[in-house]
Amino acid sequence: MTERGHAPQFDDLEQQHEAATLGMWVFLMTEVLFFGGLFLGYIVYRLAHERAFAQASSHLDVALGGINTAVLITSSFTMALAVHAAQTERRRRLFVFLLATMALGCVFLAVKGLEYAHKFREGLVPGPRFTHEPEQQIFFSLYFVMTGTHAVHMIIGVGVMIGLMALALRRSHAAAVENAGLYWHFVDIVWIFLFPLFYLVGRHR
Amino acid sequence: MIVPRKLTAAVFVALLALTGSSVGAAYLDLGVFNTILALAIAGVKASLVALYFMHLRYSSKLVWLFAGGSFFWLGILLALTLNDYLTR
Repeated sequence: MTERGHAPQFDDLEQQHEAATLGMWVFLMTEVLFFGGLFLGYIVYRLAHERAFAQASSHLDVALGGINTAVLITSSFTMALAVHAAQTERRRRLFVFLLATMALGCVFLAVKGLEYAHKFREGLVPGPRFTHEPEQQIFFSLYFVMTGTHAVHMIIGVGVMIGLMALALRRSHAAAVENAGLYWHFVDIVWIFLFPLFYLVGRHR
Repeated sequence: MIVPRKLTAAVFVALLALTGSSVGAAYLDLGVFNTILALAIAGVKASLVALYFMHLRYSSKLVWLFAGGSFFWLGILLALTLNDYLTR
């Protein structure tokens, strides 16, 4: 399959392109439901433990969470620019934006690592060493599972960026970059909901 | 579809501004509306990302159907479960 021609099972390039986009959305559909189950768990337990959730949330660092949100949004911006560069076949620019996206993803993961380390020191990790009110463990269990699952998705995304950078050295594969972009933006959307649900509960008190 | 870079930049600035307002609003005492406002802002941000960064605005009806379908099933998951928990 060349960049110009379409594969034999498609009528034309446009149909082939739409099939690629559609396939990615089918995958993202399963991801929405995968994270949906976690969010549902969060909702059920927050309704049952509203006060403990508000107290537990105050142990999270809004500044670090806010910075990470900005970092992730910026990485989505550079990803969108990488897609633009791939579509207009500017390989050097594509490489630079993929590199920027990957680097910002690594910054996000590093900040997350610092936060996790802090939680371990403060005795905020659920289990026998949890030193705060026991009821708050539900909040921190959900916090580690949901931000951890999100972080795994980020690590996979960083790997995808490295693969695309290797590909960009030879040619600008627009379909691959576009689909990687859909994945990266989806992971960004998950964090857009995780941030207020974990960091911004009961802050006005 | 190639989205103009100026539009991409405008969406980026809007997303940062919405993040700032989300943090600011969390420190005001709005009662139950704190959570509602936080989720509404997150919803607007997610929509901006989906429409412009993920090109949904320029995608075919079939892609819309699939993207919308995921939230339809998510709605079933949330609505039927909360139908139980909220009415006990």
